[in-house]
Amino acid sequence: MSLQVNDLRVYYRTLKGDVKALDGVSFSMEDGEILGLAGESGCGKTTLGKSLIRMDGRMRHMGGTVELDGRELPIGDDRRMNDFRFREVSLIPQYSMSAMNPTRKIGRMVRELLRSRGATLDLDELESRLSLVELPHAVLDRYPIELSGGMKQRMVMVISTLLDPSLLIADEVTSALDVSTQKAVARALIGFRDAGFVKSMIFVTHDLALTSHIADTIMVMYAGKLAEKAPATAIVKKPRHPYTKLLLDSLPEVGVRYTEKRLAGIAGSPPSLLDPPAGCRFRSRCPIAGEECVQEPPMAEIEPNHFVACWKA
Amino acid sequence: MLKLDNVTKVYKVGAFGGKVFAAVDGVSFDVQAGEVVSLIGESGSGKSTIGKMILGLASITGGSITVDGVPVKPGKDYYRHVQGVFQDPFSCYNPVFKADRVFQMIKDAYYPKLGDKEWDERVRSTIRDVRLDPDQVLGRYPHQLSGGQLQRLLIARALLLDLKLLVADEITSMLDASTRIDVLNLLAELKERGLGVLYVTHDLSLGNYLAERTVVLRRGTVVEMGATGKVFGDPLHPYTRQLLAAVPRLHAPWEDAAPTQTCHYHENAASGAMFEAEPGHLVACAQLDACPK
Ligand SMILES: Nc1ncnc2c1ncn2[C@@H]1O[C@H](COP(=O)(O)OP(=O)(O)OP(=O)(O)O)[C@@H](O)[C@H]1O
Ligand SMILES: Nc1ncnc2c1ncn2[C@@H]1O[C@H](COP(=O)(O)OP(=O)(O)O)[C@@H](O)[C@H]1O
Ligand code: SF4
Ligand SMILES: [Mg+2]
Ligand SMILES: [Mg+2]
Repeated sequence: MSLQVNDLRVYYRTLKGDVKALDGVSFSMEDGEILGLAGESGCGKTTLGKSLIRMDGRMRHMGGTVELDGRELPIGDDRRMNDFRFREVSLIPQYSMSAMNPTRKIGRMVRELLRSRGATLDLDELESRLSLVELPHAVLDRYPIELSGGMKQRMVMVISTLLDPSLLIADEVTSALDVSTQKAVARALIGFRDAGFVKSMIFVTHDLALTSHIADTIMVMYAGKLAEKAPATAIVKKPRHPYTKLLLDSLPEVGVRYTEKRLAGIAGSPPSLLDPPAGCRFRSRCPIAGEECVQEPPMAEIEPNHFVACWKA
Repeated sequence: MLKLDNVTKVYKVGAFGGKVFAAVDGVSFDVQAGEVVSLIGESGSGKSTIGKMILGLASITGGSITVDGVPVKPGKDYYRHVQGVFQDPFSCYNPVFKADRVFQMIKDAYYPKLGDKEWDERVRSTIRDVRLDPDQVLGRYPHQLSGGQLQRLLIARALLLDLKLLVADEITSMLDASTRIDVLNLLAELKERGLGVLYVTHDLSLGNYLAERTVVLRRGTVVEMGATGKVFGDPLHPYTRQLLAAVPRLHAPWEDAAPTQTCHYHENAASGAMFEAEPGHLVACAQLDACPK
């Protein structure tokens, strides 16, 4: 087993109180697994990714454990996490494309980064990885602004996996890209896993259709908790949580004509995480909510590897 | 209603503006009242440049853009009828303005004589039209609203004018699936009320959902256009096929478009004009780069 997360709770300190962005999340990942993490804006996806690598100043580890390859990650201890960052866990953050240092040529940036981690540059290895993502060697002599969005994104992928981390977290890395570039980046991610540059990967996105092509397993979050986790085909073909079903129903598809028929969004909005309601957090929007739903539904394995947190699944 | 005729936009690039680069090159299409036309293309293909020229935010290098026969003329009279909404709703709002202030600015500019009470009624009913609760959104700062709420407020602001044409540039790409559908359905309602909408996107499934007609743009030129069902159901240009093949589908594996070697329209397109494969379905020569014109 590669990653094991147990009852993880991470809150943001704010003036109004704690934002319970991760409120008891448990799951595990196998070696070589790509886990797609989906859910609407604000449900805690980025928070989960950041928790596994670097918490920002307002985040607090309130409870739970994370184990990577059998070793506990000291996620609440910023200093001790330094031994793991980049070498064991690496993150491609949301909006990372714009975060590259604009004043450094890419080659120099890579060298400096490696040096800061006490590693040296293996130029042959770097070149073979660039060609895997179809980037010319010449990008190393260019400044970040000279690359297109898709090229930057692939460059960031190469950089963040140079030390072959066990776990890579890719947060919305394809969301700003057009379909052709998206496909190239997505395939490159799979290639990285297949080549063993990373052992396992969490692919964060709110595009369920795209995730279904990349991920082995899809995990759907809702308001700081897990709603459903299952093999990708099961999520797409036989979703069991009402929220997953509604999400899938709201996706328009090419090849379908929508002359009369309109798709529906999910009425209402997610609860505030400052003071989330007791019981099932999806209750106020759930079309089949019943009396039992005032109690919190536990995550149950209803079929092998298919986990759902819903009383009526 | 909106008509682009052989529109070109040339940017000067390079250190001293010594080189020129055609971001938009000879683009012609139109949008009728009560119709959504989607403008599809990859990043950098010139979609936003076209949108900006229509809105008078960028000059037109060549050709003409008219709305009801009148050329683009930035100013109050033009913006009364033509408005734009953009990708990042947060950047359009001044973060220190509450939502009310944004509406007040419309009143001051366009309806200075209207009574406050009457105006307030109008604002509230327009906000309800975009399916928001006025009491929930008025009086809030932008960071207190979600992306979808902001996007709908911006549309409401445009609707307070005597709007004929709305240019919507990637307005749904920051939103998640469920909110996105709400905004798309809102655009569909506006069209039913007679508005013309130019919907700019790189997401083919959204264009397919919403638009009557589709224009596919590649490196500043139109490669294919026609009824959405035709362009998506029977794509003729290899680039359109390639785009469609890259769209991730829920229930089908990713396909790889077979590269086309020969172009059926090559001879017909020798002048650079588009070939009309069937009424209203136009396709450019696929070998245009090699085409001696
Ligand atoms: N620095 C912060 N201070 C306080 N609350 C925060 C902070 N960052 C995030 N939050 C809150 O934590 C929750 C989860 O945020 P997170 O960024 O993890 O969402 P997400 O699922 O990644 O959303 P998106 O799809 O928009 O990227 C949200 O309610 C958000 O408002
Ligand atoms: N102000 C500008 N100066 C120079 N080039 C520009 C400017 N604005 C856009 N471009 C270029 O014009 C092309 C089309 O840009 P744009 O219309 O924004 O594309 P899209 O919206 O389809 O992604 C791109 O190559 C872009 O780099
Ligand atoms: S537990 Fe109840 S409210 Fe929650 S999703 Fe299931 S049926 Fe709906
Ligand atoms: Mg996020
Ligand atoms: Mg654009």
